[in-house]
Amino acid sequence: MTRVMAQIAMVMNLDKCIGCHTCSVTCKQAWTNRSGVEYVWFNNVETRPGLGYPRRYQDQEKWKGGWELDRKGRLTLKSGGRLRRLLSIFANPIMPSIQDYYEPWTYDYENLTSAPLSADTPVAPPRSLISNEPMAVRWSANWDDDLGGGPALASRDPVVERIGDRVRLDFENAFMFYLPRICEHCINPACVAACPSGAMYKRSEDGIVLVDQDRCRGWRMCVTGCPYKKVYFNHKTGKAEKCTFCYPRVEVGLPTVCSETCVGRLRYLGVILYDADRVTEAASVPDDRDLYEAQLSLFLDPRDPEVAEAAARSGIPDDWMAAARRSPVHDLIMKYRIALPLHPEYRTMPMVWYVPPLSPVVDALAGSGHDGEDAGNLFGAIETLRIPVEYLAELFTAGDPAPVTASLRRLAAMRAHMRRINLGEEPDPSIGARAGLTGDDIDGMYRLLALARYDERYVIPTAYAAQPGSVEEIGCSLDYDGGPGMTGPFGEASGQPVPVAIETFHSLKQRQTSEDVTHERVNLLNWDGKGVPKGMFPEKEDR
Amino acid sequence: MSWTEIAFWVVAPYLTLVILVGGLMWRHRYDKFGWTTRSSELYESRLLRIGSPLFHFGLLFVILGHLFGLVIPESWTGAIGMSESLYHVIALVVGGVAGVCTLAGIALLIYRRRTRGPVFMATTRNDKMMYVVLVAAILAGLMTTLLSAAFQAHDYRQTVSPWFRGVFVLQPDAGAMIRAPWTFKLHTLVGMLLIALFPFTRLVHAFAAPVGYLFRPYVVYRSRGAGDRPAVRAPRPGWDR
Repeated sequence: MTRVMAQIAMVMNLDKCIGCHTCSVTCKQAWTNRSGVEYVWFNNVETRPGLGYPRRYQDQEKWKGGWELDRKGRLTLKSGGRLRRLLSIFANPIMPSIQDYYEPWTYDYENLTSAPLSADTPVAPPRSLISNEPMAVRWSANWDDDLGGGPALASRDPVVERIGDRVRLDFENAFMFYLPRICEHCINPACVAACPSGAMYKRSEDGIVLVDQDRCRGWRMCVTGCPYKKVYFNHKTGKAEKCTFCYPRVEVGLPTVCSETCVGRLRYLGVILYDADRVTEAASVPDDRDLYEAQLSLFLDPRDPEVAEAAARSGIPDDWMAAARRSPVHDLIMKYRIALPLHPEYRTMPMVWYVPPLSPVVDALAGSGHDGEDAGNLFGAIETLRIPVEYLAELFTAGDPAPVTASLRRLAAMRAHMRRINLGEEPDPSIGARAGLTGDDIDGMYRLLALARYDERYVIPTAYAAQPGSVEEIGCSLDYDGGPGMTGPFGEASGQPVPVAIETFHSLKQRQTSEDVTHERVNLLNWDGKGVPKGMFPEKEDR
Repeated sequence: MSWTEIAFWVVAPYLTLVILVGGLMWRHRYDKFGWTTRSSELYESRLLRIGSPLFHFGLLFVILGHLFGLVIPESWTGAIGMSESLYHVIALVVGGVAGVCTLAGIALLIYRRRTRGPVFMATTRNDKMMYVVLVAAILAGLMTTLLSAAFQAHDYRQTVSPWFRGVFVLQPDAGAMIRAPWTFKLHTLVGMLLIALFPFTRLVHAFAAPVGYLFRPYVVYRSRGAGDRPAVRAPRPGWDR
């Protein structure tokens, strides 16, 4: 009998992403504004084509992330099986160094006031947060933002390299789009499989992949295992940290911070049901290009009475079923088939999916003087503009252009159909029919993608089964960052972990109310104006 | 038998064991979060990639050798026809090679720790103290091996080994230990100090060796609330409860 599991999944509509990085910044403020995780971006926004973060993470021949099929066709970790993982435990041979991310830095503001008098304005020179030494800033999380660095960088994009030489030259002119990325919370997570301590786990209720900070021993295998390089090593605590899907928010029915603050309203959250018994089978299909269909075949229709019955037997609560029936994620993936998984060829069965961007096609049409919203023009352009389609196919379908083309055609049909309505013209059912859509489908897509109402984008079941007494976090109130309980007797990592809520509460309160600044150097991005960092302003003279 | 001899060879081993076991239990209960390797690979990996496996694999063979020499009585190896001299040659060669690897590994690791700025910044006083004891134990151990190779081979399986086994059957034979040369006594004492330090230093990561990884299913599922290992942590002992 089918064993049904539920997952809270995300879909991002790339057409609407303007690359503003609000999601990254709010996520960082919420989760990784601590020492030890300066370089950690649970959410980042990459410009494609581009190198990504960390640099060239998609080059799995180098980084060995994800799964592959062995000679007998069985699923094994690309970085080696259990024994090989354990034998390389003393020095993980394929872990990115801090230079592959970037060396975090702050500025020596004191120099602004203490520099000797000279003809030039003094500057605040950068200082490494890793070594405290002066450093030259040469790279950061978004160095190639908006194709910065030009063709030299963009052509080193591993995806561009896979498409081949012939696209490189005219590629930069063709199109550019943004790819926001968080942890994929995979159904078949390679990071979890690579963790020797068993500290990483997938929550059986909602599929969120988390690191148990008490059980993590800092072996760093998860960093290698994750093909998306979305597990990071906290170099102060010696433990792995990763996107938590904002579980404290999701558990009470709130969207994740990145979703909530997205100005483009392009993120969707909802429940997806899948058949847990068939995961290995689906992840083991021989041809990479079949993985998209294989993953689709795992997903179950919550409106199907048989599925509802099996779900009830598997212990999925009624309100979760109700949420699954309203799930925008399920609709975008299964009903309209416009959302696609990121790099299914890694065989991890990722659960953050993407609606591919139609705008490069529209822009190319408009740029060449054509009507970018005419159905015929759009359909024709999707067929002829092969480079964007091939690039998207390398990202989303292991190189198979058919699902990408189909998705783009549906988006084009919606755009052309709604344009006619906007202009007061007669709706033309043949436009939708050419993309396999009915009028109702187009209306539904339009509601979800264009109107994108808050309560339709985020359908999160609020009531997780309550566990009396075990919900509140217990912790010592002195253990906040910089507080007396923070540094244990055995170095920075030791002592009891601080519950997230308490740590955030205290550090915020301290930052907002304290007169003195605890750190010698203050990053202006983090400085909230309270307290005066030493050396930032001239000393007040007593008169 | 003097008081110091009783203190060294009767009291100290039990004190060491109590500190080790009690310390591990205490740390497991109160400082699971600090129970980590505190890896510095993110800062520097080129030297680590050579030094760390050299040290750790060398150490594994050293530990195996210690177990072999201390736990298995001489009469057993004699029964399978291994002469005392043959045993010593094997022990000298294997132990010597493993010991030199370990020493070279730790030397490289300490050099790296001292010269690579970020790694040095991540080094605590606790770490430095631990390195002193660890290197002392390795040097003393290598010294016993080399001295017995250069001069007359002391058959420690007549002295140290019976005492070691006696400790675990609650009959420590201090007399046997007293007959051993001073180099062995020094190594044993430093060794006991090192063992006692395990729970309170980063050495504790040795007790997290992930052997279970070989036998568990790849993907771990945990329930948020129910089950034998819920994802929500149980309340901790302390003043709050």
